[in-house]
Amino acid sequence: MALISDGRFIEDAWRRLADEEALPKTGKFIVSLPRLEHAVEVLGPTATFGVIVPNTTEPSALIAALPRLDLISIAFPAFADGRGFSLARLLRRAEFKGELRASGRLVADQYPHAIGCGFDTIEIPDDLAERQDEGQWRAALNAYSMSYQRGYAGRGSILDARRKAVRS
Amino acid sequence: MTAVDLRVAQRPNAPMTTYRYDEYDAAFVSERVAEFREQVNRRLSGALTEEEFRPFRLMNGLYLQLHAYMLRVAIPYGTLTARQMRRLADIADKWDKGYGHFTTRQNLQYNWPKLVDTPDILESLAEVEMHAIQTSGNCIRNVTADHFAGVAPDEIEDPRPTAEFLRQWSSLHSEFSFLPRKFKIAVTGAAHDRAAILVHDIGLRIVKNDTGEIGYQVVVGGGLGRSPFIGKVVGDFVPRKDLLAFLEAILRVYNRFGRRDNKYKARVKILVHEKGIDEIRAAVEAEFAAMDRSAFAHDPEEFERIAAFFAPPPYESLPATSVSLRAAKLETPAFANFVDVNVGAHKIPGYAIVTVSLKPIGGVPGDATSEQMRVLADASERFGFGELRVSHEQNIILPHVKQDDLFALWSMLDAAGLATANAGLVSDIISCPGLDYCSLATARSIPIAQAISKRFSDMSRQRRIGKLGVKISGCINACGHHHVGAIGILGLEKKGQESYQITLGGDPTFSASIGEILGPGVTAEQVPDVVEHLVDYYLAEREEGEAFIDTWRRIGHARFKDVLRREGEDGADI
Repeated sequence: MALISDGRFIEDAWRRLADEEALPKTGKFIVSLPRLEHAVEVLGPTATFGVIVPNTTEPSALIAALPRLDLISIAFPAFADGRGFSLARLLRRAEFKGELRASGRLVADQYPHAIGCGFDTIEIPDDLAERQDEGQWRAALNAYSMSYQRGYAGRGSILDARRKAVRS
Repeated sequence: MTAVDLRVAQRPNAPMTTYRYDEYDAAFVSERVAEFREQVNRRLSGALTEEEFRPFRLMNGLYLQLHAYMLRVAIPYGTLTARQMRRLADIADKWDKGYGHFTTRQNLQYNWPKLVDTPDILESLAEVEMHAIQTSGNCIRNVTADHFAGVAPDEIEDPRPTAEFLRQWSSLHSEFSFLPRKFKIAVTGAAHDRAAILVHDIGLRIVKNDTGEIGYQVVVGGGLGRSPFIGKVVGDFVPRKDLLAFLEAILRVYNRFGRRDNKYKARVKILVHEKGIDEIRAAVEAEFAAMDRSAFAHDPEEFERIAAFFAPPPYESLPATSVSLRAAKLETPAFANFVDVNVGAHKIPGYAIVTVSLKPIGGVPGDATSEQMRVLADASERFGFGELRVSHEQNIILPHVKQDDLFALWSMLDAAGLATANAGLVSDIISCPGLDYCSLATARSIPIAQAISKRFSDMSRQRRIGKLGVKISGCINACGHHHVGAIGILGLEKKGQESYQITLGGDPTFSASIGEILGPGVTAEQVPDVVEHLVDYYLAEREEGEAFIDTWRRIGHARFKDVLRREGEDGADI
């Protein structure tokens, strides 16, 4: 898998734990949703861990664990399945402050959408990373100077810029 | 800011009654062109597979059709300027075959562009403040509106400022660009519905409450296609300040819970149908209550800024009726017919709204040659402040014509083959492109429309018949809106043969209804006979002042069915 952050491919500091693997004491690792409750229970307050969730997850299922989580990875079963974008918005609304990761066969052209909805990083399979190099991800990030929506992250809002221009 | 804002007044060769891009709109559209140019390059280099490229080209209106690509250009809320119309003509000449096709969704389609040319076409469109953004794909589509916006006497408020607000809000929306399916929004601000809001994913009706406040009745889950539904009210009165937040709430509920397992069940109408409107309303209201609405808070200054672009043009003070018009009508019967059929009342005394039919007898519904587009552009400048509209009936509207000028306009249109006096009549047929162009179609539509039009070529007979919506689709996706035709015709394929199913009683307005099937399908050759029999039966049965649909509603479907069955016994094999 390749990881994109700020328009660059970076090393992934996180390790996805297989379900049969025991919970480690140290390091950054990601558990599956069924193991989350147990992980919260047994891991000490200093443990650094995250969870990978299906895009159909109800945010309420994560609320209790949110303060403990340093990362939430939302699985994109297909790049054209936009449910993960809404889930990301809801998790940010629930004041999740950690790393929000989109994981799946996303394409570079979706990068601004992901940023807008609150994602920090994108995780894609290696074959996709080979076709869509860093340059394409960076270009996508810079494709638009502003967006028309307000309340979405990333690029500034045209509406805010206009308001500022009218008032100055 | 007002309509006399210098930035508006300085606009080259364009009326003051349409939205004008500012630097942000211009930058946004040109960035989209640059992005699409890169996407085409990456498709050609293999960086994007066809599967990956597809949603992005669709979001830019580029379809792969039966024989070639098709480019669908947005005409937001149906309004365009003379300059834009001329550019559409130039593009048709330079990159297509010299014509374009106006659609039921207030778009223009080019049927023969080359993939490699499309970035240049988009650039050419951007120069005149046009684009093809979200005319296709699983996103919020080009927002449509009443084509008589701003000039209709029955209007509460011009729907176009709202529609322009929505155009901007929906453009490349971070969260809602990968929806389960396409999503169509229509807006009307009048007492009569000319935007078919009840058969859209979301229909917005501008209303005034008891205290005189303007708000929106919000309807959700209407749609045609293989499962037609009339939309249901999800919000009775949504104040303007809450509109965007309310729409975000609906879209979020749909994005999360709309079905994705079956593309035929992925539209919001199915979600509304399966869950029930009460459950959907509860979900939308819960989401609306939970969201941070400050981000979407209505900005009255911005709304005023946009609304100012749609301010009335400098009308003259005229008498309510024109003496010269009356004289010209007496002198030239063909002109009198045109006025009676294609000219409507205007909210300003002495003015009229003219519908230019793109349905000549035997023609292809909605097609216009580049030459005709230029004539329409010229006509709009001579007689109407340089502004035109596209109607969902696939006609062109000139919204501000002085009654005194109607004869001169008619002469000009007549010379260009654009004076067919059939607006709203039996030959003003909505038709999808059908098997002649579309890869989804299962039967031809255009030749059927042409045959019916020829059958009723006698214009005085058409006028005797009166208002009658005939709508034809070449497959169950219902692009020709057959479900809401008073007479609907659906082309299907049965055992290798084209077969046409007839429905009666459809209505796209506030009294919306879905047509009922008449009986077994008929052959292409039989369709004009069937339509004629139905019309004859209606003429025999109608009461004073009744349109076809009224008679059908009064006497019932069964009797219409019976008459055809009897005809069938006489050898019509229906």
